[in-house]
Amino acid sequence: MFPSQCEDTILRDNPLFRFIYDYASSLLPCWVSYVLAGVTIMLILINAVLLGAAVVSWMERRLLGRFQNRIGPNRWGPFGLLQPIADLFKLITKEDLIPAGADRIAFTLVPIIMVASLILMAAVIPFAKDTSLVDLNVGVLYILAISSITSIALFTAGWASDNRYALFGTARSVAVLISYEVPVVLSLLGVVMIVGSMSLSSIVEFQSVPFIVVQPLAFFVFLAGMSAELNRTPFDLAEAESEIIAGYHTEYSGIKFALIQAAEFGGVLVVSALITTLFLGGWAGPWEDYLGWAWFTGKTLLIVAVFSWIRATFPRLRIDQIMAFSWKVMLPLSLINLAATTVEVYVLKSGGITTLELWIMAIINLVLAGVCLPLFGRLMKDKIRKSIPSGVSQSLRDDPTG
Amino acid sequence: MTIRTEPMTVNVGPQHPSTHGVFRLRITFDGEDIVEVEPVLGYLHRGSEKLAEERNYVQVITLTDRLDYTSSMINNQAYCLAVEKLVGIEPPPRAKYLRTLAAELQRIASHLIAVGFFIQEMGAFGTPLMYTFRSRERILDLFEMLCGARVTVSYMRPGGVFSDTPEDFWPALDRFMTDFRDEFADLEALLMENEILLARTKGVSPLEPDVAINCSVSGPVLRASGIDWDWRKKEPYDAYDLVDFDIPTGSNWDNYDRFWVRMQEIRQSMRIIEQCVDQIEPGLVRIPELPLVLRAEPGAEAYGRVEASKGELGFYLVSDGGISPYRCKIRSPSLINLTITEHLLVGWKLADMIVSLGSIDINMGEVDR
Repeated sequence: MFPSQCEDTILRDNPLFRFIYDYASSLLPCWVSYVLAGVTIMLILINAVLLGAAVVSWMERRLLGRFQNRIGPNRWGPFGLLQPIADLFKLITKEDLIPAGADRIAFTLVPIIMVASLILMAAVIPFAKDTSLVDLNVGVLYILAISSITSIALFTAGWASDNRYALFGTARSVAVLISYEVPVVLSLLGVVMIVGSMSLSSIVEFQSVPFIVVQPLAFFVFLAGMSAELNRTPFDLAEAESEIIAGYHTEYSGIKFALIQAAEFGGVLVVSALITTLFLGGWAGPWEDYLGWAWFTGKTLLIVAVFSWIRATFPRLRIDQIMAFSWKVMLPLSLINLAATTVEVYVLKSGGITTLELWIMAIINLVLAGVCLPLFGRLMKDKIRKSIPSGVSQSLRDDPTG
Repeated sequence: MTIRTEPMTVNVGPQHPSTHGVFRLRITFDGEDIVEVEPVLGYLHRGSEKLAEERNYVQVITLTDRLDYTSSMINNQAYCLAVEKLVGIEPPPRAKYLRTLAAELQRIASHLIAVGFFIQEMGAFGTPLMYTFRSRERILDLFEMLCGARVTVSYMRPGGVFSDTPEDFWPALDRFMTDFRDEFADLEALLMENEILLARTKGVSPLEPDVAINCSVSGPVLRASGIDWDWRKKEPYDAYDLVDFDIPTGSNWDNYDRFWVRMQEIRQSMRIIEQCVDQIEPGLVRIPELPLVLRAEPGAEAYGRVEASKGELGFYLVSDGGISPYRCKIRSPSLINLTITEHLLVGWKLADMIVSLGSIDINMGEVDR
C-alpha cells in the first residue's frame, strides 16, 4: 500500500516532516514513520488555521466594537481573548437541527467541505522561510483551484437545506463567485509573469520591492475580488442578513454553524495570508531569518484589520451593481494591468529583473493606477447616478399638488 | 434555448430581521425581481382602541405610549390635544413650550432610529446604527430626568404636563445639544455623500406626488414626494406658531429623498429646541385644580392631530358624558403609509424592497394598535 521509497514524497522538503521521519524510521517501519510524520504536521496545520480563525474572530469583533463606539467582547479571559472558545462551547451544546425536507448527506457535508478547502489552501502558504507544509511549484494555480471549491459548498448548502432564503443566497453567491473569479485570476497573472514562477516561496523571495507598489491595480482587484469571494461587505449579498436572513447558512445550527463561522473567519485569515505573501513580501523584513514568522503574522493581521475596517464602513451593493462592478470595472482594470505588465516584462526581462527595474515598473504602474482608478470610479458613478425613475411626468414635478 | 423559470413565493416576515417587528409580506419573486406583494397585518394587535373605552381620560395616556413606542412623547401630545379640545381647556404657556420641546426631542430620537435602521437594512454592519443610538440614548436620559421613564414616558396630561423640569435638566439639555451637533455632523459625514448609499437609493422606488396624495400618505414620506405639508405649519398646535422652522421637501421622490428629508428634519428639530430653550419662561406647567377624572358633554366629539415623526397622528374622541371616551379612533400614520407598499415595491429587486420598506419607517405597534 505504501511504497518502499517513502522518502520520495511531496512532503520531503518540509523540515519538520524530515526530522520526524528520520528519527522515527530508525525505530519503526518506513510506512509507519511516514504516517506518523504526515499526521503530525497536518495536525499542526489544522490547529494553526482553526486557532487562527478564532483569533481573527476575536480581533474582528473587538475592532468592530471600537469602530462602532462599543467595547466589544471583553468578559472572558484577558481582553476577551477566550470569547471564541466560549462561543464554540455554546454552539457545541446547542441542538444540531436538520430540516425535515433537507438532503441530510449533502447538508452535513457542506461545513466539512468549507473547512477542508480552507485548510488545503493554507497548506501551501509559506509562513516563514521554508515553513510551508508543501512548497508546490504551481502554488498560485493550486490556491485558485481550491478557493473555487467553496462555491460548490455554497451551492450544496442552498440546495440541500430546502429553504427559499438559502436558495436566494446560493443563487447570488454562485453568480458572484463566477464573475469575480475572472478578474482575480487575471490580476494574479501579472505577479506570476514578473516572477516567472507560480511557487509562493519564490514569489516571496523575488519581492525585493513589495508587489503592492509594483502591481497596485492587481492588489486592488485582488482585495476587492477576495472580499466578494469571502462574502464580506460591500459584497456580502450571499448572506445579506437584512435581506435573506443568513443566506445559504440560514438552516445551519450547532456545530455545523460553528464550522461555517470558522470557515468564514479562517477564510479571512487565509486570504490575508495570501495577500501578504503575494503583495506584501511575506516573511521579508529585518532579521527575516529569525523573525520571519513575526513579520508574516503582523502583515497578515494588518490585512485582517483592513478587512474589518471595510466591513465596518460600507453598506452593501445590490446584485446588479456588484455584477456591473465585476465586469465593467474590475475586469478592465485587471486587463489593463496585465497588458502593462506584459509590455514591461517584455522590455526589461532580457537579463532578469533587478531591484532597480522593479522600482521603474512600480513608478509606471502607480501612475497607471492613479489614472485608472479615479477614471473608472467616475464612470461607475455616472452610470449609477443617472438612473432617474421612469413613468414620471414632468408636469407633476413642476406642480406637485396639481 | 430558453430556460423555463417559475415565480417563487416567499414569506418575508413575521419573523425576519428587517420587517420592523412582526410585519409580514407575501412576495412573489421572479428571480430577484418582485412581481407581487401582499402585506399581511395584525400580528401585534392589542386592541388599544377598545381598551381606551374602559379607562378614564387620563389613564388612556399609558396606552398611547405603546402605539409607536419610538415616539411616545408625540403620541401623548396628540391624545392630550384631543382631550383638551373635547373638554375645552387650554394648557399654560410653559406647558406648551415643554410639550414642544419634548416632542421635538422625541422626533430627533425617532428619526435617528429610522435613519439608523434604514442604513442597517442597506447592509452597513451596525456602525451608523450605533452612531445614531449613541445620541438616542442621551435623549432617553433626558426623558428620564423629565418623567422617570425612558420609552413609555406618559409625560403629558390633558391641561399641561406631568410635572415641571428638575433643576439639572436645562444644563443637561445644553450639554446634549452641544455634543449632538458634533455627533450629527459625524453621521452626516459618514452617510450623506456615501457612494454606495447613493447608488442604492437614488432613483429607487419613487413615490409620485399624485399617488402619495391619493393614498393619503403623510409625514416625511409625503414631504419627500415634494409636497410641502406639515401640520406644525398648517395648523399650529402648542408652541409651534411661536417658533421658526423650515419644512424640507424632496425633489426626486425616491428612497434617498425620504432619508434626506429625515436628516434635514433632525436639523430643524434642533432649531426648534434651541428656540424653545430661549423663549420658555417660569410659570405653571398644568392647569391648577383640574379634576383627576375629566368629563365631557354627552355627544361631544373632538379630533386632535399632530405631525408625528412618521406622519399625521390623530385621535378622534367621542364622549357619552361618562368618565371614559365612548369611542377612541386612532389615525396612525404608519398604517396609512403602508398603503403605498405595493406601489413602491413591485418591479424592484429584493434588496430594494428591504430598503424601501425601511424608508417608509413603519412601526408595528402603531400599525396594528
